[in-house]
Amino acid sequence: MKFRGKIIEIGCIRQFTQLITDVSRLAKSCILRLNSNHVCLVVSDGGALGGTPGLWAELEQQHYFSEYSMEGVSEENQIFLELQTDKLAKTLSSLRSSQSTRSLKIKLTKKLSPCLTFEIELPSASGRSRLVLHDVPVSLIPRRLWAAHQEPRMSHQFDVSIYLPPIKTLRHVVDRMKTFSSRATLSGSRSGTLVVSVSNSEVAASTHFRNLTVPAWDADRNDDPETAYGTSVDIKKLSSFLQGDHNTAKVICNIVSGRLVHLFLMQEGITLQYFLPAVSAP
Amino acid sequence: MALSYQKEDGSDLQLVAKIDNANIVLHLLKTISFRETATVCASANGLKVTVEEGKTLQANAFIQAEFFQDYHIKEEVLTFKINLWVLVECLSIFGSRSSPGMSAALKLMYNGHGSPLVLLLEEGGAVTDCKIVTRDACESLDFNFSSDRVVNKLIMRSECLREVFSELDQSSAFLSFHITTSPANLRLSTSGNYGVVQTDIPGDSEMIETFKCSSATSHSYRMSLLHTTFKALAAAQKVSLRVDERGFMCLQFMIKAEGNEIAFVEFFCCPEEELMD
Repeated sequence: MKFRGKIIEIGCIRQFTQLITDVSRLAKSCILRLNSNHVCLVVSDGGALGGTPGLWAELEQQHYFSEYSMEGVSEENQIFLELQTDKLAKTLSSLRSSQSTRSLKIKLTKKLSPCLTFEIELPSASGRSRLVLHDVPVSLIPRRLWAAHQEPRMSHQFDVSIYLPPIKTLRHVVDRMKTFSSRATLSGSRSGTLVVSVSNSEVAASTHFRNLTVPAWDADRNDDPETAYGTSVDIKKLSSFLQGDHNTAKVICNIVSGRLVHLFLMQEGITLQYFLPAVSAP
Repeated sequence: MALSYQKEDGSDLQLVAKIDNANIVLHLLKTISFRETATVCASANGLKVTVEEGKTLQANAFIQAEFFQDYHIKEEVLTFKINLWVLVECLSIFGSRSSPGMSAALKLMYNGHGSPLVLLLEEGGAVTDCKIVTRDACESLDFNFSSDRVVNKLIMRSECLREVFSELDQSSAFLSFHITTSPANLRLSTSGNYGVVQTDIPGDSEMIETFKCSSATSHSYRMSLLHTTFKALAAAQKVSLRVDERGFMCLQFMIKAEGNEIAFVEFFCCPEEELMD
């Protein structure tokens, strides 16, 4: 099994490390799936076998890596690794905002145990590069367990799909609402309205976003476009999704009333899916 | 920015107030948000929001009717108690800093005893509505502070007091104010783990605009009480300090709100000697 990749574009380095941070906010460990076209990060909520994952991020290898080579297991040519996200996020945190990182190399290595070695190339006063190496231990996932970490197939038909309003605005609103309750209700209607609301014994607050775009594939539904479908989700997880630097991304919010909120982010070279299950009242 | 979204017809409500920039209200309330509960008193003059610390300190922020683009009240006086921290969070929902040309518009509605305070905030087409529970107001403290019993009065630039307050010896339980006539001087002193520290601000300093002292006074106030004034001091351009014959101090902060309105926040503080009785 071999893996070696190099990212030299500063924007891609920042995006990659931002993604690691997003993942680390969601869970302590994640699965890294590598194949010849994609690098995927997977977080399973609760880790239940066959359960809907909490996060699925798929990066197009060609968009991010200037050099990429891998040799996986089996005819599918895949590698499945498990790693601890908080350690990795700490390691790479300086790269999120760094202007001067020259390159980031990632290699599968074997030190005392299998590791992902991150080689960060930085400029130094002398003009030559300075290399910082981090070894992050990983565990290899045997083939018989791969089935648990497949790309999610949505078994639920969505009740409504709607594009999110500007992330920055939504982020401010959700961050303030966090102080009122641990759960927020997201409710959307095909007429293009999304409502975020919270309540507790002192206050009930809801923010209405109107005239949002609705994806075309919903067009042949027969029910009243004003009907709103809502689900209550964990507000911290929702807030965590909104923290990233996703200003240029388009995000679709899919709601299965009372069961699930699925956020689908599309940006050049990356798709990111968050699955927020419904939470009941405390 | 006019509010385009109207949920309730304002004509029947006991209090309706609209302001183009919610931050004006938000920033004023933030200066007195040292306690969770506030009493709101609405009258034709505007809103007076009061926060108290036991029976020893009272802070009042005045949001004058003139600040609002629209202000209608049906009763002479309406009072209610509200969770100030929740109110501040609601007012900040679209962010607490205005970007140029963008600020949240606010509509406040209250329909008398028992009804919630309703806030409608709009920015960039998004609308937030909040209903905050209100409770019966208890009677506010009356410190009986009247202008004719003021012994000493100073008006000074706030940066002067800000600098002094930022360097205070925090290990001292009290801050003492000694005002003398000849020489005209304001002395602030502390007595803490490191000894006694005194700071003198002479009456003829360029930081002091007015120094009206009829007799020397010397009173101490609890440091913890004075801490509550720090946010208001940070936002203010000028401070007026008045002491009455009992030693009660009134600090009045003149704050230039966004949009150049001048607002006032005042603090009444009980001297330590009164508390010892």
